[in-house]
Amino acid sequence: MLPELGQFALILALLLAGVQAFFGIAGPMLGRDRWIAVVSPAVAGQAVMVATAVGCLIASFVGNDFSVSYVAGNSNSALPLFYRVTALWGAHEGSLLLWILLLAGWTVAVAVGSARLPPRFAARVLGVLGVVSFGFLLFTLATSNPFLRLDPAMPDGRDLNPILQDPALAIHPPILYTGYVGFAVAFAFACAAMLEGRLDQTWARWTRPWTTAAWSFLTCGIALGSFWAYYELGWGGFWFWDPVENASFMPWLVGTALVHSLAVTEKRGLFKSWTLLLAILAFSLSMLGTFLVRSGVLVSVHSFAADPARGIFILAFLVIMIGGALTLYAWRAPLLKSSAGFDLGARESFLLFNNVLLITAATTVFAGTMAPLISDALGLGTVSVGPPYFNPTFLLSMLPLTALLSVGIHANWKRGRLKDSQRLLLITLVAAALIACGLVFGIYEHGHVLTPVGALLGVWILLSSFVEPIQRWLQGVRVPRGMLGMTIAHSGLGILVIALTTVQSFTREHDVALAPGGSTTLGSYQFRFDGVAPIEGPNYDGVGANVTVTRAGAPVAVLTPQKRQYWVQHQLTTETSIRMNHGNNILVALGEDLGAGRWSVRIQIRPLVSFIWLAALIMAIGGAVAASDRRYRTSRVTEAAVPGVTVGNSA
Amino acid sequence: MTRFALPMAVFVALVAVLAIGIKHSPQKGVILSPLIGKPAPPFQLPSLADPAHAVSSQNLKGRWYVLNVWGTWCVECRAEHQMLIEARDAHAVPLIGLDWKDDDDRAREWLAQLGNPYEVVVLDHSGNTAVDYGVYGAPETFLINDQGIIVYKYVGPLTREVWTKEILARLPVHAAARL
Repeated sequence: MLPELGQFALILALLLAGVQAFFGIAGPMLGRDRWIAVVSPAVAGQAVMVATAVGCLIASFVGNDFSVSYVAGNSNSALPLFYRVTALWGAHEGSLLLWILLLAGWTVAVAVGSARLPPRFAARVLGVLGVVSFGFLLFTLATSNPFLRLDPAMPDGRDLNPILQDPALAIHPPILYTGYVGFAVAFAFACAAMLEGRLDQTWARWTRPWTTAAWSFLTCGIALGSFWAYYELGWGGFWFWDPVENASFMPWLVGTALVHSLAVTEKRGLFKSWTLLLAILAFSLSMLGTFLVRSGVLVSVHSFAADPARGIFILAFLVIMIGGALTLYAWRAPLLKSSAGFDLGARESFLLFNNVLLITAATTVFAGTMAPLISDALGLGTVSVGPPYFNPTFLLSMLPLTALLSVGIHANWKRGRLKDSQRLLLITLVAAALIACGLVFGIYEHGHVLTPVGALLGVWILLSSFVEPIQRWLQGVRVPRGMLGMTIAHSGLGILVIALTTVQSFTREHDVALAPGGSTTLGSYQFRFDGVAPIEGPNYDGVGANVTVTRAGAPVAVLTPQKRQYWVQHQLTTETSIRMNHGNNILVALGEDLGAGRWSVRIQIRPLVSFIWLAALIMAIGGAVAASDRRYRTSRVTEAAVPGVTVGNSA
Repeated sequence: MTRFALPMAVFVALVAVLAIGIKHSPQKGVILSPLIGKPAPPFQLPSLADPAHAVSSQNLKGRWYVLNVWGTWCVECRAEHQMLIEARDAHAVPLIGLDWKDDDDRAREWLAQLGNPYEVVVLDHSGNTAVDYGVYGAPETFLINDQGIIVYKYVGPLTREVWTKEILARLPVHAAARL
């Protein structure tokens, strides 16, 4: 009964999304205010219906209803309750449902938050969001219905993919999707502005908090995914340039560019059409990510659902949404003129460089991800693009970006007099160089060419980001949330650069065959292998090893890596064991059983690797702080913006 | 104006690439076995009917046969079973079952309950033979010709479409004609 109720709720949600889309777009176009009044109730009703559908599916999972095909395919009666709930997004159909739920959530938030916006503009925004929601609901109902029944019901389910039975991955998709879907809001704001044919600084002010919030979620989501890959996939890497990772990274790069370009549009009324294009791009890449992951066009370790028929539907949807938006852009963007200009050394130029470099980075990632497809389409055979391509090309745009950030952060809006801050610039640079030298040659004894460069750039960003708020604080001026958030996010980036540099330069890795009682040394640590013993979990069994780690004779930790065999899917997973010690991440993974009690064991020592995810978290917190700035919530009457007037010095 | 239409042009090109990608993707969904065109790995395994009696892959040579990897623990195998029974009744090609990492009693019970489509079932308790065949997950089906060469491999439950279009179509005419 519940699955049928869920399906019925989804159909109602589709109809309400249609109502929301039609009246939201047609109402303002024809100037009918009574049509506009329908939009908000439709938004609320759609959210309730989608929530009902999700609730029904969760209930089917919790209740082990294996007559539902999706539940039978992704759950099992032995699966712990927590994973029975998170199995909802363990495969394609449920992931889509999650996407729709989050979109409904964002739409409700926009509807509530748009009380201060002109009603016609708000209706257009909600209308565009309705179109997006309609498309995804139609896709779900037509090609990926999660409520399909099996007759006869399966006696038990096929279980959730074992590599997804992990706390980090269980919460990774909702957070990542919240970010993806959040860019739909920026997209809707852009489309609404183009439909209206008007875009001013107030528009940028409305759009900024939504975009920044979405960016924060995406940052968190990517970091969680990387963290999961680090300890669950068992290879000890944190980023693989896998198509699915790239699919989430490209919207992030473009979203980062958008966040910065919006700052210029808000403060100075510049970059208008560019900002619009970025808003369209960010969401297009989010949808493209869905397409790439779900259609089976790109095969990767992460894609657990592939079906060409779905690919065609998504492609048609992409053509309508992105094609529509880009047509609107080609038609309306030429109307947007910026009156103000700026000097070469002004903050605007640095943000322009920021945008160019971020888009270059996104393009190189895009080219690398799509290369196998393009080569296949042109009949050039299958090519595979990996880290040897991605690492250097990405670095090529990231090095100048990080260097320019430290300089640009000291620049003023409009006027390019770097002289004013020359002394500060020099002080931070020298201080950064000293600290970087201390780090590279003091704590760590070796490295390669990029080690001092990376350390210098990272420390420089870290120091520079604090200059402006400290200056303000010394002058007794209040530091607005927007600036505080920017400082936090930039310092997070500084930490990230430092962490990436140390990890890439100082990681030690050792694959060794060990018999029980055997030991090996890596860095300043000794590892003793105490042999393996059988283990048993709720839905798996396997073997667990004990590895005792000591440093100069003093015990550090006992690591317990495991090899698990999940019963239902007969899949082997490698559970690494990781311990922090003096800023080093010590990772031990069990390899193969070599017979006679001997096992191959992989040992890695990665200094500061945890700081990568910590830094991402700091960046996300910075975004959240900036998005909560009171400036964005004050009424529009008092904030009527005059083009070309410098409002403040923060971005 | 043209400057603003540029993104659209790039997008159109991208759509073309993606469309071709989708057109090509069905073949990518099939996991091609590197063993195709190679001799089927030999085995000598106990038979389910009489575990004391070993069946060697040598005994199977000289005719076309289908090797089906299954197990009672495998839920999709149950879904596939009806198809196997139909295939048996069509008498086009003999079916050999490879019972993978399974309990003998449960396997006998399963065949008694659902019908036995196999001419002979061999027991791979250790799973080593399945490893030799590069088995990715049950059920998997191999078509082996009279020279003992693997001609085709299918991963997942057999459907009627796969059976007619992929397996029957590959059989020599005289075998298929008996349908």
